[in-house]
Amino acid sequence: METLVKEHPRQTIVTPKRISGSEAIILSLLEEGVKDVFGYPGGAIMPLYDELYKYEDKLTHYLMRHEQGAVHAAQGFSRVSSKVGVCIATSGPGATNLITGIADAQLDSTPLVCITGQVPSNLLGTSAFQEIDIIGISMPVVKWNFQVTKAEEIPQALAKAFYIAASGRPGPVLIDITKDAQFGELNFVYEKCEGLRSYKPVPKLDISQIGRAATLINKAQKPLILCGHGVLLSKAEKALLAFAEKTQTPVASTLLGLSAFPPNNPLYVGMLGMHGNYGPNVKTNEADLLIAVGMRFDDRVTGNLDFYAKQAKVIHIEIDQSEIDKNVKADVAVLADAKQALLAITALVGETKRNKWLAEFKACDAIEEAKVGGKERYPTSGEIKMAEVVKLISEKTNGNAVLVTDVGQHQMIANRYYKFNTPNSIVTSGGLGTMGFALPSAIGAGIGDKEREIIAIAGDGGIQMTIQELGALAQYNVPVKVIVLNNGFLGMVRQWQQLFFEKRYAFTEMANPDFVAIAKGYGLDSAKVLAREELDAAIEKMLDHKGPYLLEIKVEQEENVFPMVPPGASVSDVILE
Amino acid sequence: MEEENKQFTISALTENKAGLLNGVTIIFTRRKMNIESINVSETEVEGVSRYTIVISATRHQAELVVKQINKLIEVLAAFLYDENDIYYQELAMFKLPTEAFLNGNKIEKIVRNNGARILVIEEDHIIIEKTGHRKEIRELFEHLKPYGVLEFVRSGRIAISKSKRKTDIFLRELEAENLNNL
Repeated sequence: METLVKEHPRQTIVTPKRISGSEAIILSLLEEGVKDVFGYPGGAIMPLYDELYKYEDKLTHYLMRHEQGAVHAAQGFSRVSSKVGVCIATSGPGATNLITGIADAQLDSTPLVCITGQVPSNLLGTSAFQEIDIIGISMPVVKWNFQVTKAEEIPQALAKAFYIAASGRPGPVLIDITKDAQFGELNFVYEKCEGLRSYKPVPKLDISQIGRAATLINKAQKPLILCGHGVLLSKAEKALLAFAEKTQTPVASTLLGLSAFPPNNPLYVGMLGMHGNYGPNVKTNEADLLIAVGMRFDDRVTGNLDFYAKQAKVIHIEIDQSEIDKNVKADVAVLADAKQALLAITALVGETKRNKWLAEFKACDAIEEAKVGGKERYPTSGEIKMAEVVKLISEKTNGNAVLVTDVGQHQMIANRYYKFNTPNSIVTSGGLGTMGFALPSAIGAGIGDKEREIIAIAGDGGIQMTIQELGALAQYNVPVKVIVLNNGFLGMVRQWQQLFFEKRYAFTEMANPDFVAIAKGYGLDSAKVLAREELDAAIEKMLDHKGPYLLEIKVEQEENVFPMVPPGASVSDVILE
Repeated sequence: MEEENKQFTISALTENKAGLLNGVTIIFTRRKMNIESINVSETEVEGVSRYTIVISATRHQAELVVKQINKLIEVLAAFLYDENDIYYQELAMFKLPTEAFLNGNKIEKIVRNNGARILVIEEDHIIIEKTGHRKEIRELFEHLKPYGVLEFVRSGRIAISKSKRKTDIFLRELEAENLNNL
């Protein structure tokens, strides 16, 4: 029989009286320090909602307008706060609507605890109303899942869920709780989970591998650091900075690694990948050593693997053993937490100067700026370009805002041009590329971080996938600024159609609603910008506005995003026009 | 340069959890890899199961899936073996009509020569049992074929590694490691 093994209890909370399973869920969440949850009620989760009502003063529930909105909000909450995001849905369609967000969180290593209601245990397997095998359905996209059928399993299941979600390489956990377990009673005892014998979230640092890595670094003439999301997840920003400065190694970032390294530092050379900067892509194939930190050599970063950094040795610092040697073979694999590994390696490497190597990146920057960046950020005629919008926002917020983006052209442009000044200030859907991500995750980000300004940027396509969340934005008055860059097209697909499908624009043109009118319908302040002369003042007004705001900006219809590594090409064949 | 496919045996020690089998098999499904055989059984340690999975894959593919299996929360440890690292057996049963035995002792000889045994004798059928490698079982099947095999069934592979590691000591080490990490 399966049991939840109690692991090394540290603290124990005992309630004298018997309580319901639903109340135990709430108390467990409170034990884990949860204050905000996102969700949507329904039949099988009603007992829990009844308890949420009673605990309203301790636990705030945000009613999103779709379960996908709830899970994305939990993701946004988690990404800015580094806490576990929590979302709640009912059984059946409520649960299946979470799947996109769960998959997104799995690919982008975001810790979530998703609680779903389930039909009473005696109806399991009978195709009862709103019964779905969410354990089976979610299995490929969760870090862990568990079905609770008895009230007394609740505290242990949730303790394990929070521990697994947040530790090691974080990820989403789903706990499915039958209605009878919510109604059932138990003596509530909460023991935080602090270890499982079958799960080693943080591998022990292998000193010999650290030594080998240091030797390669000390020998290298042209090393390049590839900074990934793992740097942020292990809070290794300072350790990376110290390492890079000591060894004078240029730092390139993956999309999810943005905001880990200060963009104004002379060692920062830009974003990697398909729509990354010119320099880091070209120089990947000239470096003699790649030092990959907390990244997984995604195909959007590497381009064609047959022509990827064949000349370079590779050090791969990674906490997840299944990522090592998966896409790129490591000469030295350091299976470890990024921060621990960087601190240990930094102690063993010598100080160096690499002025010539760094100058080569500057030369690449100049080429990119001449061919792309300058024209995009400082156009003098024609329609508004996405990059000039991003440039203005970046300047006016001094890079101190959290930028939440959707998926597509605007995402690449926004993330390449925004100067992220504070860690964990990028919230975007990287691995899964989920359109519709920006608006709900920005709401979650606004609730997870009340200090920083939250700016969501979406295209006209993506915003319409979850536009109903304007309702939640208005209801909770979350001070999120939503920018819709409207080009009337599904722009990234249109760009590919133009470049690789002989301009056959198959179903990518959109007849759009009046976004300002829609915002007004939800009671939100909003404005529309049609011409360049109005842009600066409109952004100024948006940023000065207290509370939520939607700004629609009409941008050039058929703008293309460059640089670009064409599909199937080598990173060094990155094109600029 | 793509390596050639080879047969590998994956052996995994796991906690006994409902649904874990699904978690293990989808690792293969996702890569469109065929599982040649899979066996789940108890071990000498209570609450711990052993998965024995036979696949045909390149070494690189096999290494990647073993890492993915290891990553499952309830998997204590997964190991990748080739034929030289393990002792392994399969079990087969053959059902033959009893009258096939009535004309001389040819079948008895086949049974004896192939290290098989007669498990059951009934009025209308006889069951022959054979443990061994797949090739040996196949050979026995070929020998018995002319006598009219009514049914044939073969189990998946079970395997035991040549290493001296004891499961319970290994588990105690895992638990100790955990305490040290606190």
